[in-house]
Amino acid sequence: MFDKFVAWFHRMGSPKWFYEITGRWIPWFGAAAVIFLLVGTVWGLAFAPQDYQQGNSFRIIYIHVPAAILAQSIFFAMAIAGGIGLIWKMKVADMVARSCAPIGATMTFVALFTGAVWGKPTWGAWWVWDARLTSMLILLFLYFGVIALQSAFDSKQSAARASAILSLVGVVNIPIIKYSVEWWNTLHQPATFTLTEKPAMPVEMWLPLLVMVIGFYCFFATVLMMRTRNEILEREKRTQWVQGLLSKK
Amino acid sequence: MNPKRKKKLVLLTSMVAAVGIAVGLVLFALSENINLFYTPTQIAQGEAPVGQRIRAGGMVVDGSIKRATDSLEVQFAVTDYKHEVIVKYTGILPDLFREGQGIVTMGAMDGNGIFQASEVLAKHDENYMPPEVEEALKASGHKATAQQY
Repeated sequence: MFDKFVAWFHRMGSPKWFYEITGRWIPWFGAAAVIFLLVGTVWGLAFAPQDYQQGNSFRIIYIHVPAAILAQSIFFAMAIAGGIGLIWKMKVADMVARSCAPIGATMTFVALFTGAVWGKPTWGAWWVWDARLTSMLILLFLYFGVIALQSAFDSKQSAARASAILSLVGVVNIPIIKYSVEWWNTLHQPATFTLTEKPAMPVEMWLPLLVMVIGFYCFFATVLMMRTRNEILEREKRTQWVQGLLSKK
Repeated sequence: MNPKRKKKLVLLTSMVAAVGIAVGLVLFALSENINLFYTPTQIAQGEAPVGQRIRAGGMVVDGSIKRATDSLEVQFAVTDYKHEVIVKYTGILPDLFREGQGIVTMGAMDGNGIFQASEVLAKHDENYMPPEVEEALKASGHKATAQQY
């Protein structure tokens, strides 16, 4: 089992192999993303019941929560990929890490923006400097830092190394975001969903949310693979197999 | 794994752990300042500075809301179920403001122990439910689960 995983890991390290296999996966993930996002949006916005307190404005949860989850997951994925690139000197891992950053930054921005739009009618303020909101803003700046580092070096290798170290250090922020609402008094409410307790939300409300979260993950996987393939073509353009690919078309 | 990679892995892991511990210690030292608001108990015990702008948070006490007839002035009490603080505010309250609602308010304690607020924010809790469920809960004598401070 472990040997098989190691073999798979090494094969994924070959840009050519990665390019080919993801080419086969993209249509599936893309189709799943479209289906889940469509179903989730229509279900969440039109059919899920209103909230007793917030009325219809609670429906922003169907964008806000998946975006916030993804923002954190993507940072984690980026740090892991960066770490693999640092330790095993795997070019594909560097390219994956590089492709993660703009997607994650976008998700963070979406989460912050939808949160502000929701906060104005619900709390009475667009922005409050509480621990959850501030740590999320720091995440956005970390993403900007990683993106800036990636383009600050002439050599792709030093760029990958520097941004991987920043993302590994930045990972410390992820548990802070997650537990900020428990460790400190914040205006942001605590988590509605926990692994240990049943959700503080009826099933007809959280089921469309779950669909949206899966849809967001599929969307991320699709965009990540597409961006990484682009990156591979760009960096491997002098190799024979890319030349061969180009001359075929 | 070859020794060089192993060394790098150990180095990176310890780097992340060291940064984690450092940040953890900083946050622990700052924990009082990171809290968005003081609870009524903290105010009653004198932990909150008098005369300085601070935030206070708690649940609006049932039946404590008194509105002035000729202005937007409103007075209410907030509680954490141990202590209460009287809050005075002039202005428009957020939609979610009502008895039993968690709120966070910005202002300062005056000499008489009354909190003079300049801003009132409603705090939403993590519970969501359709209106029918809330009515059914009310009918059966339960209150929608209020968040504890």
